[in-house]
Amino acid sequence: MGEFLASTWYTYNTLLYTIFVNGMLALSIYLTLACGQLSLGNAAFMGMGAYTAAILTMKAGAPFGIALIAGGALPALVALIIGIPTLRLSGVYLAMATLGFGEVVRVAFLNMSITGGSLGLNGVPAKTEFWHLLLVMGILIYFFVKLKSSRFGRALEAINEDETAASVMGIRTTLFKVWAFAAGAFIAGVAGGLNAHFTFFVSPREYGFEFAVDILTFAILGGTQTFWGPIVGSTILTLLPELLRFMGPYRLALNGLILLFVVIYLPNGIVSRDTFKKKADRG
Amino acid sequence: MEPETAFSAIGEDLICIGRVTVFLQQFANALALGSVYALFAIGFTLIFGVLEIITLAHGTIFMVGAFAGLLAVTKLHLGLGPAILTAMLAAGTLGWVIDLVAVRPLRKRSFHHLAPMIATIGCATFITSIAQGLFGAEAYRFPFDFVPATSYTLGPVQLTLLQLIIIAISFAFMVIIIVLLHKTKWGKAVRAVAENRRTAALLGIPVDRVYQITSFTAGALGGAAGILTGINFNTIHAFMGGPMLHRGIAVVILGGMGDIRGALLGGLILGFSEIMSVAYISSDFRDAVSFGLLFLILLLKPAGIFGRTGERKV
Repeated sequence: MGEFLASTWYTYNTLLYTIFVNGMLALSIYLTLACGQLSLGNAAFMGMGAYTAAILTMKAGAPFGIALIAGGALPALVALIIGIPTLRLSGVYLAMATLGFGEVVRVAFLNMSITGGSLGLNGVPAKTEFWHLLLVMGILIYFFVKLKSSRFGRALEAINEDETAASVMGIRTTLFKVWAFAAGAFIAGVAGGLNAHFTFFVSPREYGFEFAVDILTFAILGGTQTFWGPIVGSTILTLLPELLRFMGPYRLALNGLILLFVVIYLPNGIVSRDTFKKKADRG
Repeated sequence: MEPETAFSAIGEDLICIGRVTVFLQQFANALALGSVYALFAIGFTLIFGVLEIITLAHGTIFMVGAFAGLLAVTKLHLGLGPAILTAMLAAGTLGWVIDLVAVRPLRKRSFHHLAPMIATIGCATFITSIAQGLFGAEAYRFPFDFVPATSYTLGPVQLTLLQLIIIAISFAFMVIIIVLLHKTKWGKAVRAVAENRRTAALLGIPVDRVYQITSFTAGALGGAAGILTGINFNTIHAFMGGPMLHRGIAVVILGGMGDIRGALLGGLILGFSEIMSVAYISSDFRDAVSFGLLFLILLLKPAGIFGRTGERKV
């Protein structure tokens, strides 16, 4: 029995780790979706975090914790720089700017020498333990639970419902949107750092537009009314490819269909506010 | 670049006739590139102006147009004109289908402004993945000498037949679209819907038909840009839509969202910026130019060149 458990762990621990990392990424995009904004740059932020953390542990010998925090801080800083001009405007400007930004970051990863060019970084030390993932996820869940009833959380909700009305009520909409975007970038960066230290390599091809769409699909499928939605969505979609390996190159097509189907027929996602209400009523 | 510095830059170049020739030659190349960008961006901005959505599937439509043109040439052995028509028909139909499947169901109820955009991302991902499955990841080419490599000399500048065709076709389509929008009953209906869809509906304009026709037209323009780009660079592959979409977005924001003149001018500006940065700075910068321009305009004049701030409130 013990042997069976050990072998199962060896086979599936990477999958389990990936579920946690994808959950964090889904939460990172949820923060911007929660205030009615779409960020298509979270894959790029994850890549920046992965490279930063890996370079720090590999070349500077930095402690893992410091490397992770730096891996979150750099994308957050970049998010502030992109967010301040684009989030002054309501609507779709952030989506369009982050779409272009993701492409620039990909090209930069491919051409810089410190990121190892097209080869990426190999031999990243194995630093990520399972409890690291549990700890980060725990902190995030605590943060999101607290967020719901905080001034910040309510402001985001008001902006999402009606940005004009929110600003008329005296909410500094730009400030809150920029903070949400930068905090999301921080989370994505930390997730990238954690990911690099259990997959042992960072490749410039992993953080492009396709992965940004994957992250979006996690959140949309799960639902963006509560933070549980993105976690559920990412878990399902991380397990799904394992079951759908036979689809090969058409796997992405399925992703597209899921996105389309959910937006049209299940606009609140799998986990909506009602899911909790019904349970509360029954109880 | 300010006009003064542009002139002084030209003035310095006059020292050496060869450098002027290079500059003028780049000018011609930029015109060919920029006019295709403009053609692509006009479809994109038309959808935004009339349907009020950002269609992130426009790059995919562009790719499908290029492949449809390629298949028309290699499998059906059509000439350039019919191939362009095939590309436009295929891409236009796809635009119409995307509207029918992804956007129309969302129109029926009041939706979050992100919903249709996310739906078009779903379509784009789906179609790109299918194209990748069918055609693989490799690049396809038009048959050798499909457009004869003739070139014409205009003073110091050499224009290839291909560049002339691209510039002529792009500008012809742009003129046709502008005339259609301003001189025909259909154009009037489209502009009325763009102005206010409720009022237009109350006036008896078939709003849904207008949406469908607009989606088809925008798709057809994207398809034309696709086949022209495919011939110009002579590489067609499943992922060619992505970079074009980024450029289209930069162009549309640069010119002002939903503004046809803006898309035209923005396309030319982007074409010039790219060619000149490759010629005078480094080719590594080419992909960063569209984003740099986009970021700059968001910082300085977010409504774009022709944009009117504050008109569209929500």
